[in-house]
Amino acid sequence: MNNLWGDSLSSFWSAWIIVITLGTIALSVWILMSNRRTDKIPDADGNVETTGHAADGIEEYDNPLPKWWFQLFVLTVVFALGYLVLYPGLGNYAGILGWSQESQWEQEVADAQERFTPIFAQYQEVPIPELARDDDAMQVAERIYQNNCAVCHGSNAQGGYGFPNLTNDDWLYGGEPENILATLNHGRNGLMPSWQQLGENNIENLTQYVLALSSLEHDAERADSGESTYMAVCAACHAPNGTGNTALGAPNLTNDIWLYQAPGQSVADSVRQTLRNGRNGHMPAQAAYIGEERVHLVAAYVYSLRFND
Amino acid sequence: MEKIPSRDITPPTVGHHTPGESETQEMYAKRRHIYVREIKGLFQKVRRSANWALMLVFFLLPWVNWGSRPAIWFDLPGREFHIFAATFYPQEFVLLSWLLIICAFGLFFITVFAGRVWCGYTCPQSVWTFLFIWLEHRIEGSRNQRIKLDKQPLTANKAWRKGVKHAAWLLIALATGITFVGYFTPIRTLVIELPSLEAHGWSYFWVGFFLVFTYLNAGWLREQVCIYMCPYARFQSVMFDRDTLIVSYDEARGEPRGSRKKSLSHTQAREAGFGDCIDCDLCVQVCPTGIDIRDGLQYECITCAACIDACDSVMDKMGYPRGLIRYTTENALEGKKSHILRPRLLGYFAALVVMVAAFAWAVNDRMPLGFDVERERTQLYQTTRDGRISNVYSLNIRNLDNQDHTYRLSVSGLPSLTLDDVVVSVPAGDSRLRVVTVLVDASDLSEPSHPITFTLQAQQDERIRIEREARFLGDIRR
Repeated sequence: MNNLWGDSLSSFWSAWIIVITLGTIALSVWILMSNRRTDKIPDADGNVETTGHAADGIEEYDNPLPKWWFQLFVLTVVFALGYLVLYPGLGNYAGILGWSQESQWEQEVADAQERFTPIFAQYQEVPIPELARDDDAMQVAERIYQNNCAVCHGSNAQGGYGFPNLTNDDWLYGGEPENILATLNHGRNGLMPSWQQLGENNIENLTQYVLALSSLEHDAERADSGESTYMAVCAACHAPNGTGNTALGAPNLTNDIWLYQAPGQSVADSVRQTLRNGRNGHMPAQAAYIGEERVHLVAAYVYSLRFND
Repeated sequence: MEKIPSRDITPPTVGHHTPGESETQEMYAKRRHIYVREIKGLFQKVRRSANWALMLVFFLLPWVNWGSRPAIWFDLPGREFHIFAATFYPQEFVLLSWLLIICAFGLFFITVFAGRVWCGYTCPQSVWTFLFIWLEHRIEGSRNQRIKLDKQPLTANKAWRKGVKHAAWLLIALATGITFVGYFTPIRTLVIELPSLEAHGWSYFWVGFFLVFTYLNAGWLREQVCIYMCPYARFQSVMFDRDTLIVSYDEARGEPRGSRKKSLSHTQAREAGFGDCIDCDLCVQVCPTGIDIRDGLQYECITCAACIDACDSVMDKMGYPRGLIRYTTENALEGKKSHILRPRLLGYFAALVVMVAAFAWAVNDRMPLGFDVERERTQLYQTTRDGRISNVYSLNIRNLDNQDHTYRLSVSGLPSLTLDDVVVSVPAGDSRLRVVTVLVDASDLSEPSHPITFTLQAQQDERIRIEREARFLGDIRR
């Protein structure tokens, strides 16, 4: 049994609750029984005894309750005792039905699974490019996306600082169905090491070279000096021509799309920060949270975003 | 203030199970069974017609179809409430509140005017009770026969009659339960699925629930519901005034009561010192709540006028004028002038008219479209590559109409406000989510936050149009 006080009560508090609960019921029964009337016979003048309460001179009769009403009261006591036998209510006693909030919740989850699993299983049979064209499926998928993904990637899926935009065709790990599925199911860890050890001068040269790759305004001299460093240090991941490598999740540096550009920050500053401190992108694995059937749907939704234009 | 003398007005124990002559009372009062005598007359005709009409409406409405669905269908799982051509949604529950308030005021109005006529003529508790009593009479016989039957030991005849009676009651209760559930789930499939055990578990539960309580309330509890359970019975007296129509015994005319030779003419009886009441007790025997109306107005009285019909029939037999017991007002009884149109009645009437008109207007003016605008929660705003500011909104669009619609979304409030052309098709009774990005030139934003207005316009029906205000946030540090 799980409750406010942790897994169970100490025996004192358990006894405390049991005594108060049963005591209250016993008190109710005593009040009910002690209010029996045994002499409510009209006297010779036809006057009936009153309670002695008077308001504006109108006195209150002391007539007995209808019997069936009295029986209803008894029934409530029986109900209460029955409830306390079946359900938790007496301290640590869990009730013979074994009901608890958790078990009820688990039951509801199981019921929901039973209802939805066949639907999701049906969708899982459909290849992602085809599923992405199915309006009904995409409505379901969008709701799953809004509930689980929008908090980072935005409800319009355009991402934000440190969170990739899912609506363009720039993919860190590839935009094919199997890539998206892998990303969603198993998560990703994008690691850009820190290159502090290259020194400030080299970092500035590299920065200008990266700006040049994306055809942005740059210092040509510094960019030229940066090229050799780039080829020696960076090209292994970001490719000699700067187009990145989806096998490693190394971003494309030539398309002027920057994952880590904070609002109001210049591209140059953002690149310098990246080179100095490194970056560590983390996409959590979703299969463990929402299950592979839902992942399949969300993958199709992400895939479908390319049709929106 | 003079003390009101208390009188025991327990009716004489004619035809009741007498609790015996013991000096002490059993624990808690035992209910006296009331044997209601059947009576014919003008008011019983009115009541019976009203009961039939209401019963027919109740039992037949679920079978009426509107298009492909039941005309009245309170679809709880689907959260849709169909009433003929209209479909209501849980968001419109305030309309139901108003409807119930109107019904309450209607009840107050009619109570001020004519007392508890609702109870006597139209209340389901009375309607079903009278129906059950009618059946009782057909199966077990008249009041006297029923009293005899209950007193005699169990014979084959008694067992058979009792069995048939309870079977008939249960049958009607079953029909009532099925009909009631039929308002919530289509009755045509329900009557097919119930016997074949295919219906939903809750359907069985509620059919059983209403079966049991129809049977108990109309068969066993009867007047106990009106006397001990019904809240209306408790506070109706505050609506009465001296001009309210009530069922009254004309004491001035009736007393001193007493039986007399039938040969005496009206004038001879008067001369002999008799009032018009011959003390035949018929008015007590026909009363479904078991009171004696000659003791004056009592809170148990449900204004069913059975005693009026009973007394009138006796007065006819005696050759006396009718109306010893009649619908009249306290003022009229005392020979004062009665005013039908009085401030209290006119006030209720005015309130009723105003509320009915407002309700009709609200129902007619209902916008069959739900539209919610929610700001993106993760980012206040974004700056695009070309220096514009974008805000993202999630729009929830609910088509509350009976037909499919296509809506066009527009936005206004800032000069350079731009929004992709958004056209949303929503099937009847369904909802759609749309996430939109609104763009503005940064130069338009003089404040950190600007009000903008989203407008949703149905393309097939220009009356269906709804506006929602939202905020457009920009750079606060400017």
